[in-house]
Amino acid sequence: MNKYDRGIPHTTPRQSATFNQDVNSDIRRAAATGIYDIRGGGAKRKLPTFDDLLFLGASISRYPLEGYREKCDTNVTIGGLNAKNPIHLDIPITIAGMSFGALSGPAKEALGRGASEAGTSTTTGDGGMTQEERGHSSKLVYQYLPSRYGMNPNDLRKADAIEIVVGQGAKPGGGGMLLGQKISDRVAQMRNLPKGIDQRSACRHPDWTGPDDLEIKILELREITGWQVPIYVKVAGARPYYDTTLAIKAGADAIVLDGMQGGTAATQDVFIEHVGQPTLAIVRPAVKALQDLGMHRKVQLILSGGIRSGADVAKAMALGADAVAIGSAALIALGDNDPKWEAEYNKLGTTAGAYDDWHEGQDPAGITTQDPELMKRFDPIEGGRRLRNYLKVMTLEAQTIARACGKNHLHNLEPEDLVALTMEAAAMAQVPLAGTDWWPGKSGSF
Amino acid sequence: MQNYDLATGSLRELNETLHAQNHNTNQTAWEIENPKGAHAIACGLDAPIEVTVKGSTGYYSAGMNQQATVNITGSAGPGVAENMMSGKVVIDGDASQYAGATGHGGLLVIKGNASSRCGISMKGINIVVHGSIGHMSAFMAQSGNLVVCGDAGDALGDSCYEARLFVRGSVKSLGADCEQKEMRAEHLEILKALLAESESDAKPEEFKRYGSARNLYNFNIDNAY
Repeated sequence: MNKYDRGIPHTTPRQSATFNQDVNSDIRRAAATGIYDIRGGGAKRKLPTFDDLLFLGASISRYPLEGYREKCDTNVTIGGLNAKNPIHLDIPITIAGMSFGALSGPAKEALGRGASEAGTSTTTGDGGMTQEERGHSSKLVYQYLPSRYGMNPNDLRKADAIEIVVGQGAKPGGGGMLLGQKISDRVAQMRNLPKGIDQRSACRHPDWTGPDDLEIKILELREITGWQVPIYVKVAGARPYYDTTLAIKAGADAIVLDGMQGGTAATQDVFIEHVGQPTLAIVRPAVKALQDLGMHRKVQLILSGGIRSGADVAKAMALGADAVAIGSAALIALGDNDPKWEAEYNKLGTTAGAYDDWHEGQDPAGITTQDPELMKRFDPIEGGRRLRNYLKVMTLEAQTIARACGKNHLHNLEPEDLVALTMEAAAMAQVPLAGTDWWPGKSGSF
Repeated sequence: MQNYDLATGSLRELNETLHAQNHNTNQTAWEIENPKGAHAIACGLDAPIEVTVKGSTGYYSAGMNQQATVNITGSAGPGVAENMMSGKVVIDGDASQYAGATGHGGLLVIKGNASSRCGISMKGINIVVHGSIGHMSAFMAQSGNLVVCGDAGDALGDSCYEARLFVRGSVKSLGADCEQKEMRAEHLEILKALLAESESDAKPEEFKRYGSARNLYNFNIDNAY
């Protein structure tokens, strides 16, 4: 007779916090395949975020602006320091770089349509500039990446700005990846690669290393484009104080700073979850670098990585950013991970909201694919309309908060408008823990 | 012959003037004096003109060149003819790192030696080096031809795709997934034409060909998930 049959009380079966079901499934997958897991998207782990901050709003000492009638501007100019033609945006929410290849042509078209209707810019990605995107984007930022796929001076001169990509929040220090399922004839032709191979992009630029070289590279790009357009430098949120300092030193007109919630089309899961810093943690060091060099508001800071709402926009700007960029949120607005495709997500072994195998090219929503049949499911006009609406809502939300804080421009939001709910958020954002006048490390330096 | 003296003029004015030339220009020959290692000289050209730089240049000379012929009578700094689309760039002396990086087309001739990473990520350009090249050359080279009349350094052709690499002398080591390939008649024809156009007296039969073993083109299918 065993102890159970003898009626001895026993403990409830208890799952391990260390070896939980997610971890165990990772171990089983690794044991079965012998290769690391590759996926798209950004960090899924719980991180300190802008949700850990609150606005104080107005009170006796601060008076609010009337919520619906008083002016609260949202415009931003990027690249006025050196470019003859800086970019003027109606709203401070831009569309982040996402490649043709990772996305379908119609999806790129929709991004251009939605961004243009909302008065903002969109951005190319690894793989070059497509007609769909240039044709439908009133303001298009051309990414200059380590791979230089599709890079040519004619497209460079068609751009409204150039973004030199040094790093990406999802994978600081890593290169791009586009698996063979998505290397169609057109993608292969644009990238000058054999069709169907698993394409890996370089992790660093082929013809410069370090900030001194970068300064000369920026000079070359300015000479080729006649000093007409702004040059951004995009860095991952790895060492934001020093990277921002060095990018300014190299002559950047704007810094794009990407936290680890920022998405990627594909890379190793271990990279996404364990390299980089949360977006909340990187903005203040970057702003301090700009302030230390007397360049805050002269060189613009565009923050990205997990921006989802007007509240996130307002918080980013209160901490010192000039604008934000969205990628994953824009894809969701287009229809990515929509529950209406739940049955098809189930066939792929996942569920709406969790689908991240974008690299496999089987996206039921027809967005992250090169499959002609799947692409037919996505209407770029409707997608553009949805993105425009989403951008409009985010802007209205940010304005609502700004007015409540008594600000007549989103840029007038400031750290003093914020408190933090957690010690971590207080330390990262350098705003007081709610109910106190203190944050950890208040007297420290970077 | 049009002359421009960088001792008295500015780089901006020089490049602006050269960019203003088009297919119909009658100012087809240009001579640039006193380059003194300046960067980005004659970058972004897009006209059938011939530019001769009298001396040595800094970074990114003739970068992204289209149509033009650019001659550099001295040596060239890093990234000469980077991302060249078409045309011809000839360097009488040596070239520093990244010569012809990511070039899509045209012909780059280096009559001296080239440093490391020559032809890195090349995408269709033809490069002929009369001397030797440094380590990590033709890294991730996608297409085009790299011809080396001397020796090649370590890790030649690491992770290369469909570029053809021809070396007359020794190769210190091959990079990952690069192997010696059969030299067929078609390759000898390519070599013959490139050697002639670049004014080399080397013989096609003296070269060995290297290229991708194509083992890295796809993740091992046995591991597919």
